[in-house]
Amino acid sequence: MSTTEERSVAATNADGSERRRSAGRALVPDVEVRTYYDRSVLKRPTWKHWIAEYFFLGGLSAGSSLLAFGASRTGRRALARRSRLVALAAVGGGGAALVADLGRPERFANMLRVAKVTSPMSVGSWVLAAYGPATGVAAAADVLGVFPRLGAAAEGVAAALAPVVATYTAVLVADTSVPAWHGARGELPYLFAASAGASAGAAALALTPVAENGPARCWAVAGALGEVAASTIMERRLGELAEPYHTGRAGILSKAASACALAGAAVGLLRGRRRRGAIISGALVAAGSLLERFAVLEAGRQSAADPKYVVKPQRERLDATRPSESE
Amino acid sequence: MSMTLPPKTPSGGRDPAAISGWAQHPDRVGFFTDTSICIGCKACEVACKEWNEVPDDGLNWLGQSYDHTGELGADTWRHVQFIEQRKRPGTADEGLDAPLIEHVPLAQLGREEGFRWLMSSDVCKHCTSAACLDVCPTGALFRTEFGTVVVQADICNGCGYCVPACPFGVIDQRRGDGRVWKCTLCYDRLKGGFEPACAQACPTNSIQFGPLDELKVRANRRVRQLHEQGFTDARLYGADPDDGVGGLGAFFLLMDEPEVYRLPPDPVVPTRDLPAMWGAAAKAATALAVATVAAFMAGRR
Ligand code: SF4
Repeated sequence: MSTTEERSVAATNADGSERRRSAGRALVPDVEVRTYYDRSVLKRPTWKHWIAEYFFLGGLSAGSSLLAFGASRTGRRALARRSRLVALAAVGGGGAALVADLGRPERFANMLRVAKVTSPMSVGSWVLAAYGPATGVAAAADVLGVFPRLGAAAEGVAAALAPVVATYTAVLVADTSVPAWHGARGELPYLFAASAGASAGAAALALTPVAENGPARCWAVAGALGEVAASTIMERRLGELAEPYHTGRAGILSKAASACALAGAAVGLLRGRRRRGAIISGALVAAGSLLERFAVLEAGRQSAADPKYVVKPQRERLDATRPSESE
Repeated sequence: MSMTLPPKTPSGGRDPAAISGWAQHPDRVGFFTDTSICIGCKACEVACKEWNEVPDDGLNWLGQSYDHTGELGADTWRHVQFIEQRKRPGTADEGLDAPLIEHVPLAQLGREEGFRWLMSSDVCKHCTSAACLDVCPTGALFRTEFGTVVVQADICNGCGYCVPACPFGVIDQRRGDGRVWKCTLCYDRLKGGFEPACAQACPTNSIQFGPLDELKVRANRRVRQLHEQGFTDARLYGADPDDGVGGLGAFFLLMDEPEVYRLPPDPVVPTRDLPAMWGAAAKAATALAVATVAAFMAGRR
């Protein structure tokens, strides 16, 4: 990683007492951050583990809808059916996770009380309200063997909305004051899109007979590699703000995510045409995608908890515009 | 909504009620908190709790001077801060990086060592471009006719989106309740023609309530006065309608840098970047769609 991330940051409390946190050797002179008794400027996100699980399940569902669409257009009936079912189950589970995270779950329907373009959560709620039922109709028409035209239309709707379902969650977290999220606003959509593709490919790879798993293998491998690439680029661009992504719990989660993704991609490439290999590869890639979501959530929490991530960039921005005041 | 800033009033302020559907509305009101005359009595905290029936937030010894409430939150809507510095009041050049006074014998405090105590009553900023309001998916947070930002407790479903959105770490979820709570600028009292409870209780007029444009005139005069008296540290925070949040509905006169008071030095409403963020998502979504086609082309062989 870049050298800037190894800076140590000395923070001085409002009262002048010094606190020092070193994230490696000090390569650049210390920059002083003054705070109010070391308290964070931001509130920590109140979102619990459900939100990371929803991000994973929403991505899994969206990717599966795309796979189902492609599979049914290319005559892969086993892949199509399994992907439709995964898409439905995942969006159902994801929706339940979203409701579980609410402080007042019985009021979940208030999400559709208004429609606001300034709120990615509002946009997402409306998209999900159309997307969820579409996956349900597509899966039901297939399994029950009824209304094939309606099923195909629903599948088209689900596939059209799927890319939005896979990426709006990145805008949702980026549209906050949390430094590790807002700072990564340009890269998170790609990370989430790759993660969605990887998990859907992984699920299909593990569940589909080898004869039809070509596209799934493709997605699992490419998605996993894309996920690792996106997170690497994101951390590089974040500079000092990447620290929350590779320290503490988030650091462990993100390293585990990359390890799983890379191992899964390797197994998929070498052994993906065999049943056992396909299952192992699918499990590893899916685990990588899930861990990556948890890493992003945790990095956000960590960056919100430490005032230096908020104060330092803002102070530097301010001092750059009126340089005469400092020193 | 507030991806575009509300228009400026003739006096140079901003009028967020006008772009929030209030055709006819009273002047925008707010707080000017002049921390130079705060005496740390906490009358505002008490008055706020009493009037708004804000629950107890614990009896805590935090090691933060006389501050036992820590920071603003779901159960603290006015928060009095205490900052101890080894520095003579009014001499700006002397030790901005004032060291801790803990090793100074009590008897010497305020004498040869030099000592100043900064006190400030913090509150929700009622931002012109309010992130909490922008991201709220239910419409529970809304802009009142007075230009303030209020949560409707009967609508909030506790999604928590406003909590990390706020650049000032103000709004928070209440434990055991699930909904979010913050200062309402005493919306009920304003409707009845009264000033907010904290402003009414403040014995030194450190908390001033009124039309925002008037408060700014008064605040600028106060800064000038303090500078003339030698208190060259005095500066306004949140009074600039062209800052990253379009100016604050509750602004401050501070005696040190904002971060010393747990205020972000250069806050920016995150929704300002929303068009760019949706743009990035659209590109990523397109890439995903293209990948679908590619996977099935490659898989066909
Ligand atoms: S300070 Fe925070 S809670 Fe208050 S209006 Fe601004 S964004 Fe909302």
